Amino acid sequence: MPLANRQSPLSEILAAADQVILGKSRQTRLALCCLLAKGHLLIEDLPGVGKTTLAHTLARLLGFQFSRVQFTSDMLPADILGVSIFDRERSAFRFLPGPVFSQVLLADEINRATPKTQSALLEAMEEGQVTTEGETRPLPQPFFVIATQNPSNQIGTFPLPESQLDRFLLRIDLGYPDHNAERALLESGGRREQLPTLAARLAPAAFAALQQQVAAVHASPALLDYLQLLVEATRRDARLVHGLSPRAALSLLAAARAWAFTDGRQMVLPEDVQAVLPAVARHRLRLLSGSYADAEDIATLIHSIPVA
Amino acid sequence: MARTLKARRQAIARPAEPLEHGAVPWLLAVALVTAGPHVGHLPWWLSLVVGGALLWRAWLWQQARRLPPRWALSMLVVATLAAIGWQFRTLFGKDSGVALLVVFMALKPLEMTSRRDAMVIVMLGYFLLLTHYLYSQSIATGGWLLGAITLLSAALIRVHGGAQPIAAIARHAGLLLAQALPFMLILYLLFPRVSGPLWGLPEDAHSGLSGLSEQMAPGSISRLTQSAAIAFRSRFVGELPEKSDLYWRGPVFDDYDGLTWRASVTTSKPPPQAPTIDGIGPPYAYTNIIEAHNQRWLLALDVATTLPADASLAPSLQALAREPLRVRSRFSFASSVDYRANVSETPETLRQALALPPEINPRSRALAAGWASRPPAEIAAAALAMFRQQDFYYTLEAPLLGANAMDEFLFETRRGFCEHYASAFVFLMRAAGVPARVVAGYQGGELNPIDGYLIVRQSDAHAWAEIWLAGQGWVRFDPTAAVAPARIEQGIAASLPAGEALPIVIRLDNDWLRQLHNRWEAANNTWNQWVLGYNPQRQREVLSRFGWRDADWRRMSASLAVLCGVALLLVAVWTLPRRRAVDPIQRAWQKYCGQLQQRGIARAEWEGPGDFAQRVARERPELGELTREAAGYYAELRYGQRGGIGQNRAAALHRLQQCITRLPPRRRSST
Repeated sequence: MPLANRQSPLSEILAAADQVILGKSRQTRLALCCLLAKGHLLIEDLPGVGKTTLAHTLARLLGFQFSRVQFTSDMLPADILGVSIFDRERSAFRFLPGPVFSQVLLADEINRATPKTQSALLEAMEEGQVTTEGETRPLPQPFFVIATQNPSNQIGTFPLPESQLDRFLLRIDLGYPDHNAERALLESGGRREQLPTLAARLAPAAFAALQQQVAAVHASPALLDYLQLLVEATRRDARLVHGLSPRAALSLLAAARAWAFTDGRQMVLPEDVQAVLPAVARHRLRLLSGSYADAEDIATLIHSIPVA
Repeated sequence: MARTLKARRQAIARPAEPLEHGAVPWLLAVALVTAGPHVGHLPWWLSLVVGGALLWRAWLWQQARRLPPRWALSMLVVATLAAIGWQFRTLFGKDSGVALLVVFMALKPLEMTSRRDAMVIVMLGYFLLLTHYLYSQSIATGGWLLGAITLLSAALIRVHGGAQPIAAIARHAGLLLAQALPFMLILYLLFPRVSGPLWGLPEDAHSGLSGLSEQMAPGSISRLTQSAAIAFRSRFVGELPEKSDLYWRGPVFDDYDGLTWRASVTTSKPPPQAPTIDGIGPPYAYTNIIEAHNQRWLLALDVATTLPADASLAPSLQALAREPLRVRSRFSFASSVDYRANVSETPETLRQALALPPEINPRSRALAAGWASRPPAEIAAAALAMFRQQDFYYTLEAPLLGANAMDEFLFETRRGFCEHYASAFVFLMRAAGVPARVVAGYQGGELNPIDGYLIVRQSDAHAWAEIWLAGQGWVRFDPTAAVAPARIEQGIAASLPAGEALPIVIRLDNDWLRQLHNRWEAANNTWNQWVLGYNPQRQREVLSRFGWRDADWRRMSASLAVLCGVALLLVAVWTLPRRRAVDPIQRAWQKYCGQLQQRGIARAEWEGPGDFAQRVARERPELGELTREAAGYYAELRYGQRGGIGQNRAAALHRLQQCITRLPPRRRSST
């Protein structure tokens, strides 16, 4: 029976992550889906709700090399990409790789940096390589950016332009923990101490294999019909500045595949699309009023398209 | 059952949905557009109240202030209603009823806070639109109301659809109206017409009609020439007669009391003999489309030889309808402009054509007595020669005349309009013993080259004279032609001094302005004939053109319903989202969901099978397992890989269909 309770290879990872990040299993799963679909993740929320912990936990559980950059307004591109320094012993320049040369880069508070620095990082995300001083250096594989940003109404932020937001496959918010989760947090102390004790649950090459399996999850013509109806509805909606781009449609399909895969299925169902749609669409759809679409707008959109 | 009732009551008691700030200007525009054009018929103070109320509301909106308190509004309403009652002496009837509606429309926005209030305004707007047709049915009114209806639909969309760009709202409203268009056309063509208005119009409905009246005094025709309103339009089948032959006959006056000319009342039995006419010239065939003037005369060209069935020729040679013309009507005639009429006139008519009030106008009588010995034709020629040779002026600005009006006119003032000359001429003829009478009507007309109609306006109103000559019958003499030949040959604008007041359209010199004016009048004529004049007869004509000859109202109603149904179907096919042909897999799943719906748990249209199965398991655990199974088959069949994991699709479909029969029987709902 296809819809019966299933075990997926990722259930264990998700369960372990839930032990660290309390009461946020949906967001954790979305974050994992983002990595499975080979996308970069943007987490937007207030400071102190566990954005960094989430990123760090995932990196450790998946066995990735992890580095973290705290973005500030006086940061320069070289602080991320790396610099060449003169080595007196060898009488030559030596390249000191920046934090971008790691498998998971946590870019904390990316919207505190100036646009110049932001775009240096975003270029690396897009190309999978870094070009400095005329030399192109490939980034490690896999390479993920998990960026966090503060709500842009906070002081001292440079909001990411739409074209750069589009490079993040998913954008999630964490929100406050619920009552029970917060009580558990208070009783057991902060979560950061647990991080070093987390052991990797995957062999280094296993994640790439999982990514390949995700890409092979079946999307039937009926499902593609449904997905196209959704995307086309955003383009017709008079309240939106513009609809979802074809790239966004591809992202939606990739994320829905990953979501189905984490559910242990080999086929995408409409509810997978619905589940990832807010994370895919909210940072890509802007209302005429200037704000980005909220959860209710996405719900309205979903409710307007019948599932046949 | 009791629970649902309670829930419903709670839903009613919920506070009304508030109206968005951004929707208010739309509703104010609705009020302005629907109430605005009534300003012309309202008392001036009411227009001030309406304008003030709307401005006030607009200001409150702009400043985002609170609306006035309820007691202040109540006082305002009571005061305005009292003032309307005082002004019209009633709150019923056309004018006061419209005034009431306009006041409602202007004051309602001042208490407009919820969506429900907005709906009241929109509905009131639709109703108010209808009232405009009580005052005017012109193209301009139709166009305005079409725009207003678009605005009303747009306001509805704005109130319910939230903030959108104006262009999007306008497009949406336009699309809605465009979908209504086929129905409008079908209803227009096929809705069974009744002759006359559907409901009784108030008594005063026809009072404002202008045109020739049943009597003529100095000044009555010159007053009429101040109006450029169209009296009637005429379309000739073949060529037009000469302009100087275009005498359109209206009332004939043979009774003079020293001031006013009237038609004599004949009481003789048997009634006067029917007129005898020998048409000499070739007949001209034409159709008159006569504006309502509340009289019976049909303004046929002198003199009508062939009449339509519902008209008759009076002894005084006018074509008369059976009833006064209360609506614009069409009549077809043939006329000869060269004729002999009533060569053997009754003695009574001739006696009446010689009657004069005693004693007045001694100088005129003396002048006529000097001609009395000559033959009648020469007498007439002498009178015309007098008008031509002495210094008589043709002018609209004739001085007022006293008791001996003819004496004053002929010997002192010598300034007058056609009614002065016609009545002076007839007076002189009668005084000299020649039977004579005054004929009123229209002379001339103007050909509109756009649609080929000859347009005759009130400004073409004219009066002339007829004398009866033995052996020739009634012969027309037009003394105005002797004074001002240009009046007859070129029209009134050419014959009057440039400074005298005439409607501007009659003096239009500019070529393209005249062209524009002609086009406008041709459009009006089409509108009149095809929209306003679309009566049962016209409807039959149109339908027979489509090959349907015996259309009665029953068949028309039936075909109306059928055509509307077909149009509705077409619109539905065009607008509803295309549903793909439902395959057996979907049909089975929909049937299963339908069965669940009957058991009290319905799948939302947008809900996927997995989510639905989970929800069923949560809300109705007894159905959960089966639904999960059915949803599993469905998901695999519809979204799974074809031929994947050795699945036998036919078997899966069969199991899905079996799930429907495995559902537990429905319980009688007791909750």
